[in-house]
Amino acid sequence: MMSREHLVNAIVIALLVLVPLLALVLDEPYLITLATRVSILAMAGVGLNLALGYGGLVSLGHAAFFGVGGYVTGILASHALNYEPIMQTPWMIQGSTEMPVIWICAALVCGVLALLIGALSLRTTGVYFIMITLAFAQMLYYFSISWPTYGGEDGLSVYLRNTFPGLNTMNGIHFFAISFAWLLAALWLSSALVQSRFGLALQAARQNPVRVAAVGIAPYKVQLTAFVISGVITGVAGALYTDLNRFVSPSVLSWHTSGEIMVFVILGGVARLVGPLVGAAVFIILEQSLGGISENWQFWLGALLIVVVLHARGGVMGFLAPENGHA
Amino acid sequence: MSAGLVAEQLLNGLQFGVMLFLMSAGLTLVFGVMGLINLAHGSLYMVGAYAAALVAGWTGSFWAGLAASLMAAAIAGALVEMVVLRRLYRRDHLDQVLATFALILMFSEGTRWLFGAFPLYLNVPASLSGTVLLPMGIVYSKYRLAIIVCGMAVALGLFILIGRTRLGVRIRAGQSDRQMIAALGVDIATLYTVVFALGAALAGLAGALVGAIQSVEVGMGEPVLILAFVVIVIGGIGSIKGALVGAILVGMTDTMGRFLLPVMFKNFMDGATASSVGSALASMLIYIVMATVLIFRPSGLYGKPA
Repeated sequence: MMSREHLVNAIVIALLVLVPLLALVLDEPYLITLATRVSILAMAGVGLNLALGYGGLVSLGHAAFFGVGGYVTGILASHALNYEPIMQTPWMIQGSTEMPVIWICAALVCGVLALLIGALSLRTTGVYFIMITLAFAQMLYYFSISWPTYGGEDGLSVYLRNTFPGLNTMNGIHFFAISFAWLLAALWLSSALVQSRFGLALQAARQNPVRVAAVGIAPYKVQLTAFVISGVITGVAGALYTDLNRFVSPSVLSWHTSGEIMVFVILGGVARLVGPLVGAAVFIILEQSLGGISENWQFWLGALLIVVVLHARGGVMGFLAPENGHA
Repeated sequence: MSAGLVAEQLLNGLQFGVMLFLMSAGLTLVFGVMGLINLAHGSLYMVGAYAAALVAGWTGSFWAGLAASLMAAAIAGALVEMVVLRRLYRRDHLDQVLATFALILMFSEGTRWLFGAFPLYLNVPASLSGTVLLPMGIVYSKYRLAIIVCGMAVALGLFILIGRTRLGVRIRAGQSDRQMIAALGVDIATLYTVVFALGAALAGLAGALVGAIQSVEVGMGEPVLILAFVVIVIGGIGSIKGALVGAILVGMTDTMGRFLLPVMFKNFMDGATASSVGSALASMLIYIVMATVLIFRPSGLYGKPA
């Protein structure tokens, strides 16, 4: 017997596949790009949801991982395209245009970064945690602006999408397939983690860290692990986002990006598996439809968000599949 | 590098610090008393700057603009508090972050809608333009000196208000036990609105004062807001004294870092690299200071341990 939540999850994911397939038949490439954007942004949200939703770690600095993942792609690709090695001493390191190589690099770099930021930030709680994560992201943002090697304020263009064996990544539907596969992988990982012993410890640490410590689990280690996994998922999404736009600039590191990823999670439903996907989809649909009506669509988006916060707690998923009292 | 240049940079650091204090004071008060994290504080700074630029443009008087900035920001703050924010005091920080992020979108887009995307300009009043000769032969901008004096006066006034008046007693009581003071018959809803409007007016004042040395544009509040967050995290959230110390520390560190680091790096690398490495590092310096403070004191210099 499928629960209502499983049914809603299945429908949402099926819709995300159907829209671009339909667009392919109708020859509407723009819709495919939109669906790809939704997949990638949703994946960034899935990463944040792990820390923010299940772990209760309200990070306002996930732009750091999204942006650094994006810059890893940009930097590796630009070195490879210009035939310049990234460094020669002590080891020879070349750039790359192979997506799998880039993903591994982005995941490693973001993992180390999340370990550093998390280790420091998790010493604090509550509002201090929100602000210190924000500050770390801002630090990278200003660094990216004032560091001229990779374009500084102007950003970095990648003229051709990086390659994946067997697929033509410049073809919209092929690139959608890659992004969608990543989103599914992130959703699967998130669902498996949340149901594992680790996930239970993480949720328990959110609800009552003292009790978790009393049964012999260090909340700090559990939360730090979750923060690192969260950062890696968001970082890989950032790497894909650069390939989607074939461009990366400091704006992906700005705190607006952190705010938007957070909006996806909350709009969709905090600590709900497909919440970030629903949130990202609603956000993009609003952007496209309100953007067509008014140049100042963000004003109306703001008003809508306030109504959601004040009156519709639980987001869209709370409306589609209300949780049974216990969650 | 002459002593006069160093003195000028030190004064610039102090001026920046004083301006950051005006921003942080409201933020830390609102958090201390209402437990609200307000991302939209930077929008009130922008409202103050726009009000000052517009009114000064109509009347030709900088001082009328300055008064307008206080009024406009206080009114905007009180309205936002009454319509949206007072419903969020009991919610968790996540809801507060999202709602105030949404308010930023509304303020920024609304301002762009009304006044367009082009920046406005606010001129320094004639009586404060030019330079002044300070002791030891230091030549310094009259207007920036006025900002320092004005900010110091506001800081003093705020300490007297919080420490010596009946309103201050109530604010402090609200910080330590809000249910108790409501039970004692203080109209807590009005108190909250007053505190919020006070914080907003200070942000508006900061916006107007800075508006005369920078351009007045949409989004001007956000970089300052984030610096104000750094300030109150360093100082300890809820502490006015912490905000003052943190603001001066951040203002000085940032200004002196930008000034000294490129010069220092020139000693062991070539000019262009030194200035780019130096300025990149300088832009990160205050965050490094913040991280260091938090490693040793996780609730800031003057904050109560969590």
